[in-house]
Amino acid sequence: MKPTDISAPDYFHKVVDCQWACPAHTPVPEYIRLIAEGRYSDAYMINWKSNVFPGILGRTCDRPCEPACRRGRVEENPVAICRLKRVAADFKDDIRLRLPKPVAKNGKRIALVGGGPASLTVARDLAPLGYHCTVFDSDPKAGGMMRSQIPKFRLPDTVIDEETGYILGLGVEFKAGHRIDSLKKLLAENYDAIFIGSGAPRGRELDIPGRKEAAANIHIGIEWLASVSFGHVEKIGRRVIVLGGGNTAMDCCRTARRLGGADVKVIVRSGFDEMKASPWEKEDAIHEDIPILNYMVPIAFKHVAGKLIGVTFQKVKAEYDAKGRRNLVPSGEPDQTIPCDDVLVAVGQENAFPWIERDCGIEFDKWNMPQVDPKTFVSTNPKVFFGGDAAFGPKNIIWAVAHGHDAALSIHKMLSGEDINDRPLPEVQVTSQKMGIHEWSYDNDISGDKRFKVPHRDKVIALKDIKAEVELGYDVKLALGEAQRCLNCDVQTVFSAPACIECDACVDICPMDCITFTENGEEADLRQRLKAPSPHHDQALYVAEGLKTGRVMVKDEDVCLHCGLCAERCPTGAWDMQKYLIDMTHAGSTCPTKARSAA
Amino acid sequence: MTYIAKPKFHHPGLKKNDLGYTHRDYEGKISTLCAGCGHDSITASIIEACFELSIEPHRVAKISGIGCSSKTPDYFLGNSHGFNSVHGRMPSVLTGANLANRDLIYLGVSGDGDSASIGFGQFAHSIRRGVNMTYIVENNGVYGLTKGQFSATADRGSKSKKGVMNTDNAIDLVAIALQLGASFVARSFSGDKTQLVPLIAAAIRHKGASFIDVISPCIAFNNHAGSTKSFDYVREHNDAVNRLDVLTGRDPITVDYSPGTVQVVEQHDGTRLALRKIDADYDASDRLAAMTFLQKHAAKGQVVTGLLYVDPDAEDLHTHLDTVETPLNKLEAEDLCPGSAALEKINASLR
Repeated sequence: MKPTDISAPDYFHKVVDCQWACPAHTPVPEYIRLIAEGRYSDAYMINWKSNVFPGILGRTCDRPCEPACRRGRVEENPVAICRLKRVAADFKDDIRLRLPKPVAKNGKRIALVGGGPASLTVARDLAPLGYHCTVFDSDPKAGGMMRSQIPKFRLPDTVIDEETGYILGLGVEFKAGHRIDSLKKLLAENYDAIFIGSGAPRGRELDIPGRKEAAANIHIGIEWLASVSFGHVEKIGRRVIVLGGGNTAMDCCRTARRLGGADVKVIVRSGFDEMKASPWEKEDAIHEDIPILNYMVPIAFKHVAGKLIGVTFQKVKAEYDAKGRRNLVPSGEPDQTIPCDDVLVAVGQENAFPWIERDCGIEFDKWNMPQVDPKTFVSTNPKVFFGGDAAFGPKNIIWAVAHGHDAALSIHKMLSGEDINDRPLPEVQVTSQKMGIHEWSYDNDISGDKRFKVPHRDKVIALKDIKAEVELGYDVKLALGEAQRCLNCDVQTVFSAPACIECDACVDICPMDCITFTENGEEADLRQRLKAPSPHHDQALYVAEGLKTGRVMVKDEDVCLHCGLCAERCPTGAWDMQKYLIDMTHAGSTCPTKARSAA
Repeated sequence: MTYIAKPKFHHPGLKKNDLGYTHRDYEGKISTLCAGCGHDSITASIIEACFELSIEPHRVAKISGIGCSSKTPDYFLGNSHGFNSVHGRMPSVLTGANLANRDLIYLGVSGDGDSASIGFGQFAHSIRRGVNMTYIVENNGVYGLTKGQFSATADRGSKSKKGVMNTDNAIDLVAIALQLGASFVARSFSGDKTQLVPLIAAAIRHKGASFIDVISPCIAFNNHAGSTKSFDYVREHNDAVNRLDVLTGRDPITVDYSPGTVQVVEQHDGTRLALRKIDADYDASDRLAAMTFLQKHAAKGQVVTGLLYVDPDAEDLHTHLDTVETPLNKLEAEDLCPGSAALEKINASLR
């Protein structure tokens, strides 16, 4: 193998699995260390810069970071990264003085359609640069789906008010209750750029017999959740069936439990493990006495005299074809009708752009989605940008934020007369953590604690009040314990071959058998000859040459604990622990320095 | 010295031996030796050898004297018996323990000071008597604990860290062990675990006095130019005569050797040692030739390593003394006091 180029910004970034997996590339270990130190405001600001909504995401994020967390490959459970983010938000001081100050306007006007996470991120990035940002939303308050679709018992209004308030306070104009009905009209208002972050606002229909006849008791999940959120709906029947296996279905069933649904069931086509809902959301639903029934396909709504009385299901089983694709085929068991009073349909969301005239320069593809550049987020109209669910269909908040950052960068570059395709590289800092012979500026003692559970409100009380937040969040002590579980994967093991005397001290001490000194070879061959098996080929091998014996040092990054013992036991300082910080390029970032070699 | 404990986590795909243990289960406390000490690699090799042999840790007694090397039993086999004895007295303590309980595996760990200076006589007599043990000398050529004076194994003409020349002749412990009748003699290098681990495993399986001299660079005081016990010097002058594979009972010989280049030696307990010859003329069953070979190469400044001599049919001290097979702690009162009839018989035989 070729020696690893550790000066490439992505190499060490990938080692920080959580940060690499986060669409917004939040520097997770950095903020977790700050939480451990009790510096909650600092931890919050790091999050605020990367993901804009720490308090909201700390409760609702889809957590792509956690399945990636290295701790999950070392023991049963990853670090509770998401809930630690909430800790930063819960325990911070007043951070308003740390926010960017309103600046003199630069005369350029940006229109943002939709007041959800994507638009607000764009506004957050552009307003401090002097752009006049106007956010249009049909709802009375900012937040978009975060406010309308996520139940209050998961995300209280106060948190949304606070974090959307930080953005609107930057001098962003918010036009509440102002639905944009025509892009053409908006274009005619001569904004310098338009960002469309209008989400995926339409719930998918379930067109099966009886849908029309029993319509009074069949509700589309996200619309129903929005009605609940705005207080238009306050009760539901005693027996409720929720159709669908995603996170919206989980929100629907738990909301139904709080509005009078005593017998609430979730019924899903697929198997339990293939459901789209996050495992923890399924857990929370089951905890609230909501059974999840699998492999049942709804085929008809049963009704008598215009009143829904139940849903008929066909039983199916999963079969896999030669290519490993799953097909649901009838299992041959008799159909089953389950009686109910109301049905909530949560079988997916769709984009809808009835308000975009097809002749205003925006090309649509065969799925009726706008053609959007995945890097710059520009549409075929150079002044119109898309982001969030509006760009590529339903995803989640953190992706919307990531899109927002990239779109804001494009808008800023376009309006500065630069090529939007020229994306500046992120700035990278690599700093030695050595303080003394065996002293590091991070805590390298590995905690053996199992993942701490987030305390929940008593179920009886929680189910009575739809606004009572179920999760209470970690207290300071639990937060410290959980923070200590972080392996500090951003503190990198950096090897200098010329200093190495090949004494094997690092090989002998490494608790995870990560390090091997051997003859070089092709990657597949090298992976066979490592000291411990190497099952995850997506995890890099760090190869260094230039040793006296002609061998190479190979380190499998897979399960390295970043405990620094290799560096502690190294007599010549050939190993060093260096903290890697990557500063993602946002609109207005200063030009990164050219030198980017490891310290 | 490292202040944190070695994390308990281990690689999820770690190999397990017949007892279901990983090599991590054979570790002891974290080393307090200087960073990079060769002794730590020997520790790791002992751990690896015991793991591969699926040795039950409670079947091992590790005994040492005084010195950097003699601290190391604290760093391996944390669940074994141990005795950290007086300086240079490891061989006596080991001999005594062995006589009392022949069922345990005896691992004597010593250094060049402990065995070639203060304990030289002890070393000689335990070898001479053929005590069934594995005697490992972690040989760095200096007194590391007292800041690097030459030890008795430092080569004449080698230089100290401050540049002083050693004018005394060196004791070659391998030569002495051969001369005193050790039935398993090897030399290796802490920086070459592929050679060292099978040597330790074979020595543990050998019945009789096994002696391994392991050159183990002292990073703090003897790893400079002019030293003959440094990583660089040993790597440049290492003359390995053979490579060893230890094959326990069930393993068939599947390694693909070209004919005539491998010598298979079957030990007392059925362990087979497959010796791949590197030096075609070297015969590990010829004690006299081994001694000559060693002297010739030492004169050229070469460090001869590998399994230098093995007598697979050796006898040990217990055989010589015709002692009782049962460990003394398992003898019951009737065994120890067989009654007046037995006494009469003994008395009669002496009249």
